[in-house]
Amino acid sequence: MAKRAAPEVNAGSMADIAFLLLIFFLVTTTIETDSGINRKLPPMEEQTDPPVIKMKNIFTVIVNKNDDLLVEDEPMELKDLRQAAIAFLDNGGDGKCDYCNGARDEKSSDNPDKAIISLANDRETTYKTYIAVQNELVAAYNDLRNKRSEALFGMSFQEMEAYQKDVNWPGNKAELKKKIEQIKTEYPQKLSEVQK
Amino acid sequence: MSKFKKKKSGEMPAVNTASLPDIVFMLLFFFMVATVMRQNTLMIENNLPFADQVEKLDKKDLVMYIYAGKPSANYKQYGNESRIQLNDKFADVREIASFINAERASKREELVPFLTTALKVDSNANMGLIGDIKQELRKVNALKINYTTKKGSVIENN
Repeated sequence: MAKRAAPEVNAGSMADIAFLLLIFFLVTTTIETDSGINRKLPPMEEQTDPPVIKMKNIFTVIVNKNDDLLVEDEPMELKDLRQAAIAFLDNGGDGKCDYCNGARDEKSSDNPDKAIISLANDRETTYKTYIAVQNELVAAYNDLRNKRSEALFGMSFQEMEAYQKDVNWPGNKAELKKKIEQIKTEYPQKLSEVQK
Repeated sequence: MSKFKKKKSGEMPAVNTASLPDIVFMLLFFFMVATVMRQNTLMIENNLPFADQVEKLDKKDLVMYIYAGKPSANYKQYGNESRIQLNDKFADVREIASFINAERASKREELVPFLTTALKVDSNANMGLIGDIKQELRKVNALKINYTTKKGSVIENN
């Protein structure tokens, strides 16, 4: 008996089925945001005697319940905060900081190692304003670090950090780590939040 | 002279759609691979604020999520105040400690120091609630936190 050819299955509806699945996945997909501002909380143990800090080395930022900013006892707009913070951190008033480009004002901070930014907020402050202020202050530190590391190593601080995380980066990791540490000690991030 | 029969005039040949399923399948596989199923069903409004100095959280399994915000439209019976959500249900500030401990217990011991707490908070929440959360986190020594934000200029916040 002659072999009968198997009848071909009609695949015309395959596209429809695939479309159905495609639309399902299109609708259910949510692009998760998993990036943000990293912070470290201070540990709980109480310090017995708080270190004495000169008032001129503290840059106070207060956000009130109407989301207004008070910076060093002066009202300020959010857009000016970054510049003000940079000017404060980079001041280098005692002359020990030879890499600072600031005004070297006697009344402002001594050097970046001593300069502390203090952030206080009201319970009624909205979260978005708080994040905006945090972002600007972190940006001030990042700007300074980038500028310094561009001058020293020819690449920005953020690039160096990205390279350090990148497994495929061909360069010398140990040397890179040393460079990052150097920038971090030159511009330490001293951002304290007031506890109420 | 039937060899030189005139072509039928006017009729376009049908476009071959045999490769259409292949194209659709390709798209389908892309979305299947790229899809991340949400772990938690959100019962709150969660419109994250914008920031541009962001760092990426790369180890997804080492992140504990704390959500906060106003109860969304379906859960109006829980009031209008911002609330905390942990694992699919509303929680009190005091429950954060046990939540963190449960999360830690579910991870391998050597990974516990690398755990990060991601705070996914609605942009209109009050800082009082965040302050309470942070205080609780300090009590259980979960000091690494991340304020999850959308990437964008801070000006867009207002």
